[in-house]
Amino acid sequence: MEELLEILTDLHPEVDFETCDTLVDDKIIDSFDIVSIISEISEQFDVVIPAEEIIPENFNSAEALYDLIQRLEEE
Amino acid sequence: MQQTNVLEYLEHTVKRLPDKVAYSNESEGLTFAEVYHDSRAIGSYLNSKGYYGEPVVVFMKKHPKAIAAFYGCVYGGNYYVPIDEEMPRFRIDLIFDNLRPKVMICDESTQEMAKTFDFDGELLIYDEVSQSPINEDALAQIRDKQLDTDPIYIVFTSGSTGVPKGVVACHRSVIDYIENLSEVLEFNEDTRFANQTPLYFDACLKELYPTLKFGASTVIVPKSLFMFPVKLVEFLNEHKINTVCWVVSALTMISSFKTFDKVVPEYLHTVAFGSEVFPIKQFKIWKETLPNAKFTNLYGPTETTGMCCYYKVNRDFELGEVMPVGRPFHNTEIILLNDENKRAAQGEVGEICVRGTSLTLGYYHNFEKTNEVFVQNPLNDRYPELIYRTGDLGKFNEFGELVFVSRKDYQIKHMGHRIELGEIEVNVNMMEGISTSCCVYDKEKEKIVLYYVGDLEVKDVVSILKDKLPRYMIPNKVERLDQMPLTANGKIDRVFLKNKYQETKKEKN
Repeated sequence: MEELLEILTDLHPEVDFETCDTLVDDKIIDSFDIVSIISEISEQFDVVIPAEEIIPENFNSAEALYDLIQRLEEE
Repeated sequence: MQQTNVLEYLEHTVKRLPDKVAYSNESEGLTFAEVYHDSRAIGSYLNSKGYYGEPVVVFMKKHPKAIAAFYGCVYGGNYYVPIDEEMPRFRIDLIFDNLRPKVMICDESTQEMAKTFDFDGELLIYDEVSQSPINEDALAQIRDKQLDTDPIYIVFTSGSTGVPKGVVACHRSVIDYIENLSEVLEFNEDTRFANQTPLYFDACLKELYPTLKFGASTVIVPKSLFMFPVKLVEFLNEHKINTVCWVVSALTMISSFKTFDKVVPEYLHTVAFGSEVFPIKQFKIWKETLPNAKFTNLYGPTETTGMCCYYKVNRDFELGEVMPVGRPFHNTEIILLNDENKRAAQGEVGEICVRGTSLTLGYYHNFEKTNEVFVQNPLNDRYPELIYRTGDLGKFNEFGELVFVSRKDYQIKHMGHRIELGEIEVNVNMMEGISTSCCVYDKEKEKIVLYYVGDLEVKDVVSILKDKLPRYMIPNKVERLDQMPLTANGKIDRVFLKNKYQETKKEKN
């Protein structure tokens, strides 16, 4: 989780990613961010997020994103 | 008679296809008859209040009605200036400073925000003003006195001094562009566009005017879909989209996530992309997925009305090769000038300069900046003839195709947007507690990196910048330094900073 929070905070240093759960709904992250987040995750966690998992529900909070990474790591 | 007004496109088509939907979004649409009605009502209203030859700010959400409002401004003999709610307040203030507009068109969603602007002109609401009575005589009189060199829009681009520059375009250059672009991309009545680019840039000309010319259709894609590739392709299929003119990053967002394993665009046969290098690896994925589609690379600065060069992809490229920007549209010439202002020799790098009707009129209320780049053709000492100096360096390859090499200055292309790094620096330097700053661009990773010296925390610098600059200009990486590295001449050492960034990147991996 630490690593993920670092990736996210690098993109938006002023956002509290530990509590925010409306990252997509409130337009805090945009398409540029999603592209960056996915490429950073694939580098640091060595998981590929498949296209069908790139949906709002998985990107609304750091927690949801972390759950997704863990799910993909188990597979 | 020769066409001298962009609205003639609409007037021909509305007779033929009044009930066809011209522009729509995911839920609503306007037919050609509705566009025709609303825009003439708005033009009549503007005329009744004495507005003529004025900039009219259109501050509306991205919606078919905003497009009809544009044409309404032109019907009244004025020119539209699109402003978007996503633009930061500080930038809007700068634009208003430059324009000093007397009138603005809003919709219900933007009118409250519009009231907070430093603006004492007349504020119109689209749904009211589009129901005004149509004054046929007045509209005919306006048409009669309009020239094809009269302006129709102003769009603002990044300026290195921190002040955005308003590029003014006229009927003639837009008609020239639309005619030649349409021929190259073979648009017709069956063309169904999916619009991606914002309405406040000239990029949307590619969809807006060909839709009028041919009686085609444009569907505005909701911006949020550009985060979710599977949904985006499903949207294209649902709306039977066959033509897209998008920035490269919107296309690579789809291909890089293996979206095509799940869903493939079923109707798409024409793919145009522009102003950024298309990574060949991503391009190959598109080409393999849509082997029968036509792919066209477009190039051109806002100052020459939309795009001025095209390359129809007709051969394979190796990874790492750069796709050419090709040849100029008919009625446009590209001149490569070397340091001595002479035509560059074959294969020699020179500044890309544009000659022809496609030149816009220049920057609004800014003769100084205009005269720096719209200059007398140095190859012509016989009569006045302007060329536009793009500041881009290019060369002709062995096939006679133009290839983009680099920029002369600190302008970059980032996610399809044209950005002066100087504009970011000016805004950082203005903050209290900051002594100096410098931006570099990591082309490979597409990241804007900001270094600064001062008392502010990184997160505060980013917060302040977000109030001043558009989203796409916010640095992706910000680092505070104890002191700024300088060259022997006392200038900020950009090369050192670029290397420093590359090294920290390596260390991390």
